[in-house]
Amino acid sequence: MTEAISSPGAATVDPQDDKTPVVEFNDVSIAFELKPVLKNISFSVERGQTLIILGPAGCGKSVLLKLANGLLAPDSGSIRIFGQEITTMPERDLYALRAHIGMVFQESALFDSLDVADNVAYRLHEEHVPEDQAHTRVVEALKFVELEQAIAKFPSELSGGMRRRVSIARAIISNPDLILYDSPTGGLDPITSTTIIELVMKQRDVSHTTSLLVTHRLQDAFTLATHRYDPEQGMKPIPKDGPEQAVDRYDAAHGMAPIPKNGPERGIDPGTKFLMLNECHVVFHGATEELVHSRDPWIREFLD
Amino acid sequence: MALQSPDALLKQWILAIQDYSILCASAISALFTRPRYWADIITQMDSIGVGSLPIIVLTGFFTGCVLALQSATALTSFGAVSMTGSLVSLSMVKELGPVLTGLMVSGRNAAGMASEIGSMKVTEQLDAMRALGTDPIRKLVAPRLFATVFMLFFLTIIADAFGIAGGALMSVTILGLNASTYLHDSYRGLVHGDIVQGLTKPVFSAFIIATVGCYCGMKTTGGTQGVGRATTQAVVISSVFIIIVDLLVTRAMIGIFGS
Repeated sequence: MTEAISSPGAATVDPQDDKTPVVEFNDVSIAFELKPVLKNISFSVERGQTLIILGPAGCGKSVLLKLANGLLAPDSGSIRIFGQEITTMPERDLYALRAHIGMVFQESALFDSLDVADNVAYRLHEEHVPEDQAHTRVVEALKFVELEQAIAKFPSELSGGMRRRVSIARAIISNPDLILYDSPTGGLDPITSTTIIELVMKQRDVSHTTSLLVTHRLQDAFTLATHRYDPEQGMKPIPKDGPEQAVDRYDAAHGMAPIPKNGPERGIDPGTKFLMLNECHVVFHGATEELVHSRDPWIREFLD
Repeated sequence: MALQSPDALLKQWILAIQDYSILCASAISALFTRPRYWADIITQMDSIGVGSLPIIVLTGFFTGCVLALQSATALTSFGAVSMTGSLVSLSMVKELGPVLTGLMVSGRNAAGMASEIGSMKVTEQLDAMRALGTDPIRKLVAPRLFATVFMLFFLTIIADAFGIAGGALMSVTILGLNASTYLHDSYRGLVHGDIVQGLTKPVFSAFIIATVGCYCGMKTTGGTQGVGRATTQAVVISSVFIIIVDLLVTRAMIGIFGS
């Protein structure tokens, strides 16, 4: 993805520009029916970083992601994506910008009238990519999430975890420069959640895509911060003689490895940062170590 | 349910009118600009037009039958039972054909649009569509609007024809009228203005059905219960508006054609 985004009336922006933050929120506030959801939110995400957004339920985490994709407009403040102001951007130009952004929704949001192949290829079909080329890319994306056997199935025939993986395949098919994950492990059992987190990690460590990840599971957040995808191992399916309900799960422990504590990174991925929200405000923004050693009583209580 | 203050209610209505107007304007402009979703337009034409054919044929036919029988009772007292054909054709073409077709398609398709788009809204599929670079108004609303306007026009003609045929069947078999006289009378009873009036109404009805159905769907909130509420609202609002607009068009046409 190297082409620049250009839109009438807006400056041409290069998503590959390393100096400009990929996401930049400046004093953003939004309220629904006079009830404030986010107040004076400011933060930025540099290229290649993964920002994990934590917070109690209903504190506006998903709203924040929708703001970052221009699906919602803030009441005040400025949001810059790839250096381009999106709060005043016409919807038509936003569609061009979104070609560089992948999004994984909370409940997958797959189109239930389309099969897996058409769901994953949706963006390619919209861009009129030739069918054979689109099919190759769909197979490639489904291989990434280890679901190529489900290509002809409909979303209603898939388990929750499989739907989430198809949703990831749909988000990464166009090699986006930014991925927004809205609670990708929400409502899933621990084994399937680890599989999903491993895919997020794989995308982070293989493609080095900038990402924002909303989660309420601390365990997932710290796994991401302390592990690295191990290309040697990859994801291995549970053996066929395993329990029947586990056929769509993968032995996640094989695909990721803890970052060595005695190495230069001291067991923590330097590109993974945390943002914590509570009662409409940012209560923490920083690296993993700072979060773990924070003395803020609310953060301590949340972490414990 | 808590009572709302009158000014909050008024603001809510004004906001709804504003949103509805924006949706209509965007859908119309999407029909005249690229990209257009021809495959979706054809699918919707099949679903709205061909799918509604049985219900329209049956409604039109039996309405024509009833109309012939009822009007004959009244006309007999004036010794004018031979005018049945003219009365049935005028009533069907000017009023009952367009209105009944509109109401039937509203019950069938406005409800369908509201529930389909409403379900997509509550499961975030509309947001996913926008996130994947597709304008839902262009992809979902514009094809439904075009397909409804195009197909309702022809469905009304079919309903009119079957209504007149139903009237003919009753007139010939029960009232003992001559088939040729009935049809000749039906034809002679209609003037240019009647046809124009009868074929203008479905254009307005179709616009109401598609835009109200899609609007209610796109504004759905509150999960499956919300989808049910949106569906009911779509049918109620579109049916009432079809009848109100029918009155306005009728008055306008009387002003233009004098009858």
